[in-house]
Amino acid sequence: MSSEYLFAHKHILGLDHLSVLDIEHILNTAESFKEISARAIKKVPILRGKTVVTLFFEPSTRTRLSFDIAAKRMSADTFSISASTSSTTKGETLADTAKNIEAMMPDILILRHPSSGAPHYLAKHLKTSVVNAGDGTHEHPSQGLLDLMTVKEHKGKIKGLKVAIIGDISHSRVAHSDIIGFSKMGAKVFVSGPATLIPRNVEMLGATVCGTILDAVKEADVVMPLRIQKERQNDPLIPSFREYATFFGINLQVLRAAKPDALVMHPGPVNRGVELAPDVADGSQSVILEQVTNGVAIRMALMYLVLGGK
Amino acid sequence: MSPPQAILLQNGRIIDPANRVDKKASLLVEKGKIKAIFTQRQKQPALPQKLLSIDLQDKWIIPGLIDMHVHLREPGEEHKETIDTGARAAATGGFTAVACMPNTNPVNDSQSVTRLILEKAENASARVYPVGAISKGSHGETLAEFGEMKEAGAVAVTDDGRPVTDSQLMRRALEYASNYGLMVISHSEDSNLSRNGAMNEGFLSTSMGLKGIPHIAEEVMVYRDLALAAYTGCPLHLAHISTKESINLIRLAKKRGYPITAETAPHYFTLTEEAVKEYNTNAKMNPPLRTQKDREAVIQGIKDGTIDVIATDHAPHSVLEKDIEFDQAANGIIGLETAVPLTLALFRKGYINEARLVEMLSVNPARILRVEGGSLAIGAAADIAVIDPEQRFILRSEDIVSKSKNSPFIGLSLQGKAVLTLCGGRITHNTFTV
Repeated sequence: MSSEYLFAHKHILGLDHLSVLDIEHILNTAESFKEISARAIKKVPILRGKTVVTLFFEPSTRTRLSFDIAAKRMSADTFSISASTSSTTKGETLADTAKNIEAMMPDILILRHPSSGAPHYLAKHLKTSVVNAGDGTHEHPSQGLLDLMTVKEHKGKIKGLKVAIIGDISHSRVAHSDIIGFSKMGAKVFVSGPATLIPRNVEMLGATVCGTILDAVKEADVVMPLRIQKERQNDPLIPSFREYATFFGINLQVLRAAKPDALVMHPGPVNRGVELAPDVADGSQSVILEQVTNGVAIRMALMYLVLGGK
Repeated sequence: MSPPQAILLQNGRIIDPANRVDKKASLLVEKGKIKAIFTQRQKQPALPQKLLSIDLQDKWIIPGLIDMHVHLREPGEEHKETIDTGARAAATGGFTAVACMPNTNPVNDSQSVTRLILEKAENASARVYPVGAISKGSHGETLAEFGEMKEAGAVAVTDDGRPVTDSQLMRRALEYASNYGLMVISHSEDSNLSRNGAMNEGFLSTSMGLKGIPHIAEEVMVYRDLALAAYTGCPLHLAHISTKESINLIRLAKKRGYPITAETAPHYFTLTEEAVKEYNTNAKMNPPLRTQKDREAVIQGIKDGTIDVIATDHAPHSVLEKDIEFDQAANGIIGLETAVPLTLALFRKGYINEARLVEMLSVNPARILRVEGGSLAIGAAADIAVIDPEQRFILRSEDIVSKSKNSPFIGLSLQGKAVLTLCGGRITHNTFTV
């Protein structure tokens, strides 16, 4: 890495605004933090005296816990706020909620919100660092980064790999961040699924759209099915989970089309037997739980770096 | 408001396409009417003793602009705009008349709401023409009382803000409105295709993670409405046209002689979807800003006459509705105070001449709504705008007269401005130091 390189981001809003060097730096930092979680005493003092607030407007188990654990392992104090509704129905605006939190002098605000662009909106209103923990159907940068980290650990590189993402590309902020991240780092991303779930012009993000899932999975180094929903907001997307599993689910037979050492990944939570057959989810190629482990390291790195860590 | 006084607009350039006039001349206003027009060579008419003389130094004297598509928000949403503030914004932009959409609270679906609007507008800075609802409550189920609203002063009907999804109801509206000589204005949108959409559908919506509104949501409904107009033979006006294929459909329909007219808004020929980047809610509207191809097609439609009218779709919203998450934010932008410079940009680029500009902003809306105005004939009401086509200014939020400031043009340098507006001979806007 060039010696002049400086990580200059105060907010992490998406992979879209991170450069290749930024991403490499985050991955290297996360790599160096990973062993902290393996220690007997899982705590370092690097964020001692810092305050991290997680503000989640959508239910989440692992992402929230992952940020919380990551912050605590670096000795930051963490606080969680759950809000069940978005600003217009709640009476207090998102900006007001966030400004009230800011008045208590936190250092980082971790935001999950159902509106795409909500973290960008807060970043404009606040002086506090904002880390996007998932916004609408836009981005989920920490998940994209932990996916990159997991693949890099196993394959030693990202460049030149073939990554197949299968399923609901339209509504998946993980798919969105992964397409941007993997393409940026030199992998080739192929997407496939029901045509109702492939967004317009997704190829312009860097993905190749395949008509069949076998075309997408063929010779792939990474196979990633996405969580599926039958319908969203009155929009009929697929007729049934059963039919989805038959034609778009990743099972052992489909996986055979990929490279023998292909990794099976999933952003979770898994609909077992729908987008992913149980024997594949639990099989030797599955790295789903390693993704979760790496998530802590990535989130440690992100919080450390936005607060000026080198 | 000043009383009607005698006013002499000296040394202007009179552009009055309805009377095929484009000449340097002076114009005398007396008792609220246009009394005389005379050139330097012609004999000056007898001037009254008490006279306000303004030397215009070749600025344009044109018929007062008529915006046939505005939302004045009164009754019901007075925190966004009132009839008074909206009319003052209109006068500031060179408009002497506006047609206000019925999506107020309550909806203008009855003579009593129509009358209320006209009462409130009595002393306003512009003529206000209420547009009634097509369906009761604009719920799209049963016809509103067109006859009574017409008698009360409504000039057209529409369920603007939402489409009439029931095609049979739309057919009946066209037929029934023809009894009263009321224009039907269509908000053409397939609301199933556009459901939950926040911006134009395409790469940018995918990239920003926002649900898209495909251009076909407009076009399938434009086609339906054109078919209904052709079948019934009843006149139809299509509001806020934004897409290339809509323009193509309308062009074809006009070639076939369908009884239709169409309008677009300045933002559709000025901006593209790129303006919503960074989740800018002041560029969020419905129909949404489209692509460069659509924008070029709209300009082509303006050039070749497919588009009859430029109307602003002035849609005031306060920060409460706009300074929030993008997908939650209200649709619409204000437009009355920026229509002149934005339309003049088309003139400066050579797409349209001065006469066509006046036709689209004044002559045609008067003709379509069958209201007075659009002409500087002797004896006509003195509804006049004086335009300085050269003046440059930076649009600043604090200079906006409308109660709401939701404009994507704030901070931009614009060229061309209404410098004087007369409505019925009264000065409603004046930047000259007198």
